[in-house]
Amino acid sequence: MSYVPSTPAERQEMLRAVGAEDFKALYRDVPQEVLLDRPLNLPEGMSELEMSRRMSEMAAKNRLFPTVLRGAGAYDHYIPAVVRSIPAKEEFLTAYTPYQAEMSQGVLQSIFEYQTMICELTGMDVSNASVYDGATAAAEAAAMCRDRRRRVTLISAAAHPDTINTVRTYCYGTGDELRIVPMKDGKTDIEALRAMLTPEVASFYVQQPNFHGQLEDAEALGALVHEAGALYVMGCNPISLGILKTPRDCGADVAVGEGQPLGMPLGFGGPYLGFMATTTKYMRKLPGRIVGETVDSRGERAYVLSLQAREQHIRREKASSNICSNEALCALTAAVYLATVGPDGLAEAARQCMAKAHYLCQKLCEIEGVELVYTGEYFHEFVTALPRRDEVLKALEDAGILGGLPVEEGVLWCATEKQSRAELDRAVAIVKEVLAG
Amino acid sequence: MKLIFEKSVKGRHCDLLPKCDVDLVELPESLRRETAPALPELSEVDVARHYTELNHRVHGVNCGFYPLGSCTMKYNPRIDEDMASLPGFAGVHPLAPAYAVEGCREVLDTAARYLCELTGMQGMTFQPAAGAHGEFTGVLLIKQYHDKRGDVKRRKIIVPDSAHGTNPATAAMCGFEVVNIPSAPNGCVDLEALKAVLGEDTAGLMLTNPNTVGIFDENILEITRLVHEAGGLCYYDGANLNAIMGVVRPGDMGFDCVHMNLHKTFATPHGGGGPGACAVGCKEFLREFLPASALMDGPGHIQVRSFAGNFLVVVRALSYLLSLGREGIPEAAQNAVLNANYLMRRIQGSFDLAFDRVCMHEFVLDLSRFKKETGVSALDVAKSLIDYGMHPPTMYFPLIVHEALMLEPTETESKETLDWAADIFRALYELGYTDPETMHEAPHHAQIGRPDEVRAARNPVLRWQKPEG
Repeated sequence: MSYVPSTPAERQEMLRAVGAEDFKALYRDVPQEVLLDRPLNLPEGMSELEMSRRMSEMAAKNRLFPTVLRGAGAYDHYIPAVVRSIPAKEEFLTAYTPYQAEMSQGVLQSIFEYQTMICELTGMDVSNASVYDGATAAAEAAAMCRDRRRRVTLISAAAHPDTINTVRTYCYGTGDELRIVPMKDGKTDIEALRAMLTPEVASFYVQQPNFHGQLEDAEALGALVHEAGALYVMGCNPISLGILKTPRDCGADVAVGEGQPLGMPLGFGGPYLGFMATTTKYMRKLPGRIVGETVDSRGERAYVLSLQAREQHIRREKASSNICSNEALCALTAAVYLATVGPDGLAEAARQCMAKAHYLCQKLCEIEGVELVYTGEYFHEFVTALPRRDEVLKALEDAGILGGLPVEEGVLWCATEKQSRAELDRAVAIVKEVLAG
Repeated sequence: MKLIFEKSVKGRHCDLLPKCDVDLVELPESLRRETAPALPELSEVDVARHYTELNHRVHGVNCGFYPLGSCTMKYNPRIDEDMASLPGFAGVHPLAPAYAVEGCREVLDTAARYLCELTGMQGMTFQPAAGAHGEFTGVLLIKQYHDKRGDVKRRKIIVPDSAHGTNPATAAMCGFEVVNIPSAPNGCVDLEALKAVLGEDTAGLMLTNPNTVGIFDENILEITRLVHEAGGLCYYDGANLNAIMGVVRPGDMGFDCVHMNLHKTFATPHGGGGPGACAVGCKEFLREFLPASALMDGPGHIQVRSFAGNFLVVVRALSYLLSLGREGIPEAAQNAVLNANYLMRRIQGSFDLAFDRVCMHEFVLDLSRFKKETGVSALDVAKSLIDYGMHPPTMYFPLIVHEALMLEPTETESKETLDWAADIFRALYELGYTDPETMHEAPHHAQIGRPDEVRAARNPVLRWQKPEG
């Protein structure tokens, strides 16, 4: 299947019009040695029917689990129908970056609305138009906090391993040091942090709730960081912000996070959504695109990409980040989600996530051998010890349930608003059955 | 048009969830949110209509001609969307056990196989989420390579002054010093300028070929040979791959690693600015340095984002690759080049061409003489195109041409569209001499008049605020 509309006759006509004998003549600048002198070693092109069959065959090789009790950075939430259908509209889907404001007010306004919603969720003053995901958002935040004197980044060991590794990679790039603040009882060791907050530290990153699901003492950590003259970066779960204290109120200077829970499917890891928000003070240090409000030549309200002097196409090697694209369609998805659920719906989703997880935990821990490993307050994820772990997980999988993630300490479980009590009871029953046998 | 917040009515809502069937749990007071977020309160019909209204103010490539140079705005096949929405792909958790994700592995392996063959590379990753992100990954391969060999004096990356802004920004993010080399008058790499900066401190060169003025640099083998001789590596910016895929392979040109923009060359939708996806390929000797996920694959590798990358975008790209196949891939490239040459020849005689010679998939118009004679700038021409229902081409890039307009029609435009576009350009050329005022004030019939960008930057208003009282 080719998407080239021109017929052989039209192609001949155009070749004649440009004075070329054949297609080969158009590549006359290409040295002979470099021209590929054979067909590609690939299968022939497929018709639409064949290709869709082939792709469906691949999809069928994946095993889907109707009940997903695994999180760890990718969450199975309920996605309302409009949240799927609106970003699928052909205009939104196939539009380019809104550099030509006069033709792109729809995209620009939807991003402006998204930015506002992120500010509302996080309590911050300014949000950008999104970055690639939560891990890169953390890395970009670490970069924006550095200055000439303070170059060291601190990150909690309780953050998502992929976030830590991504921040480590970005630090490797610029030649800056990353130091990991150890954990204690499943949370950031606050005394260790105190000792590590030396004058060359630019920022400290904590994830809230953290990788193990535990709720950190975010305000206390932030106070320590500021006392030491460093900046405080919090990585947040956007659903939890329906009920949880905002990063602003915890003292964060920069709030980032993974926006996938706001209407994006699991999708084997992507595309996801990195959100970044900060205070007015650090506005010009935010990387990435930002949409601003202005007026047009007729005095009407209008939206444009703004503060572009920060970005790579203007500053080139002096830009603070090389980022060009954002995750616009995912940001649109998140905005539609937030508009659909509203403040009450978001709080309800958060409350139900928390309730279901606590219920699951309680029931699981009634089984002999299954014990809660970290006992602090948690949102919707928790770690238990689990005897005969592989056997139990396999039994769950056979019943269509993706159990918690195997981790060093046992299993990291997750529950969201999507699972019914009956589903949770069924999972518990299976665990009980395997361990009894 | 109202903002969504201005349509909010207290008490409106959507009933999405059943009542909670387990006991609710309270957060301790110290962790509780103090005030609810001011998200809009709407019913579903309000949401649907608001976004329909917004959607009417968006122009996509599936809706009309979009000749943005360097962006490869080709038609986004609808079937690719269906494939990405298959529950068997969309519903897969990235951390599901290996046996449950064999289909995903097959997608990634098959896509890698296709892209390795068409670029002449042996290793491939799909972890980067966008072109700039892919550049970052590719340059990190070069950095790791030199670091492993203990060759710490190689601190410089060479970038031509015609390069996209992401190239030098990327090199800086990787801790390298950027050495800009001026282009030759024909827009290609000035070999003497290159030789002058090569040395023991050269880590590598970042280059795109065809270059950003749409010309194939015929000295490419000499360029990569020189860099290798100096001990550096060659990185291929794949933004312009659409001109040569299936016809020339970057690996055969002497490049050691490449990035490909799946949202350009491989027809995945731009989504208003993303999500893109980027494949980074490399020769065998660089494979050990490719990124991985700490959680999925264990420690010991760099990592540029969580999990495996923008998987559902790779699904779209693979659908497209399977559709095109062995003969469709070069066919797309050849027709992209033909369409660009055709459009260029039809416009020629009105606006000046920056380079009057056979182009590749894109070409640049130089409006400096036109501006001098009429006072009408490239910006004015671009804004006037909007009144004719055409999305403007890329403006003021690359920096080596003044008053530049860069056009890339792609292969998915028909001859009649190209003729229509050429006629409009010719008409605007005439209009510049007869009625420049109209063009200074354009667009006249668009969603808005020209926005005041200076005001936007001076008084940044970057969010909606609830009015007081």
